[in-house]
Amino acid sequence: MSMEWYLVVSAFVFCIGAGGILVRRNPLVILLCLELMLNAANLALVTFARAHGNQDGQIFAIIVMVVAACEVTIGLGLIVALYRRRLPIDVDELRELQG
Amino acid sequence: MAEVVFFIAAIGAIAGALGTVALRNPFYSVLSLVCHLLALAALFLLLRAEFVAAAQVVVYAGAVMVLYVFVAAYVVGGDEPLGGTPGPGLRGVSVLFAGALLVVLCIATLGSGLSALGQEGAGFFPAFGSPKEIGRLLLTKFLLPFEVASFLLLVAAVGSVMLARRRSGLESAEAISVGDLFATIEPGDRTGTLTGAPAGTQLEAQEPVQK
Repeated sequence: MSMEWYLVVSAFVFCIGAGGILVRRNPLVILLCLELMLNAANLALVTFARAHGNQDGQIFAIIVMVVAACEVTIGLGLIVALYRRRLPIDVDELRELQG
Repeated sequence: MAEVVFFIAAIGAIAGALGTVALRNPFYSVLSLVCHLLALAALFLLLRAEFVAAAQVVVYAGAVMVLYVFVAAYVVGGDEPLGGTPGPGLRGVSVLFAGALLVVLCIATLGSGLSALGQEGAGFFPAFGSPKEIGRLLLTKFLLPFEVASFLLLVAAVGSVMLARRRSGLESAEAISVGDLFATIEPGDRTGTLTGAPAGTQLEAQEPVQK
């Protein structure tokens, strides 16, 4: 398989994630769409690592996974904190930072 | 054979991504994302990235998604419906933006003219992407990013606990009664067990608190 096919799949997944972030209003689903975009970037990194016969891109993908796990942890903590304070779980309702 | 596996995995990945965005129930979105991650792990295996594929399945589809499922079950149990649909204008603009982004990305990758992209990939040695090689790189060439990533994980874990903890210190004073903590430290009747101590509270008796 040519490497371009993998990059096209990566572009598709990235665009679906970007569109999902704009369309959806539930912060949980927005985090999921963020995961989609990070995974598309991972696929592109691994593809370039394979294309050049160099393993550095795979290390980069693993570091991206770590950062994604951190982002998920913080984001889900925020959602739980929102739920505890009886705030609406909807990003359109949460426009103001009023403490 | 590789082509068949690639197309099955690619269709699975794109379908999983579409399902994540389109499904109404966040719980089903999480399950769809698990399918997407498994298909992506198959693509990683095709690209000779064994360790990344294993980490994808174990860490992402195993651990992170369980976290998502727990939070979805915790939050969706409420009364109010989650995340209604936006207006048709915003949706149209979003789809347009995503399509334009796809066109730009395809032009950027396919039109780049990089000679390495048009072929099957460069030659590789047999241990390419194996856990042994990745571990060797992580502990020699990329030792500093490895340590920084571990520190970042620690910071994220502590930060999420701080974010999601119960902020009810003053409200729960009746429930736990701070005076109970002081009542057992009276010097006169230290019997050795805290359960037998008298439950008189200094706060409720309006006495100054002694430490």
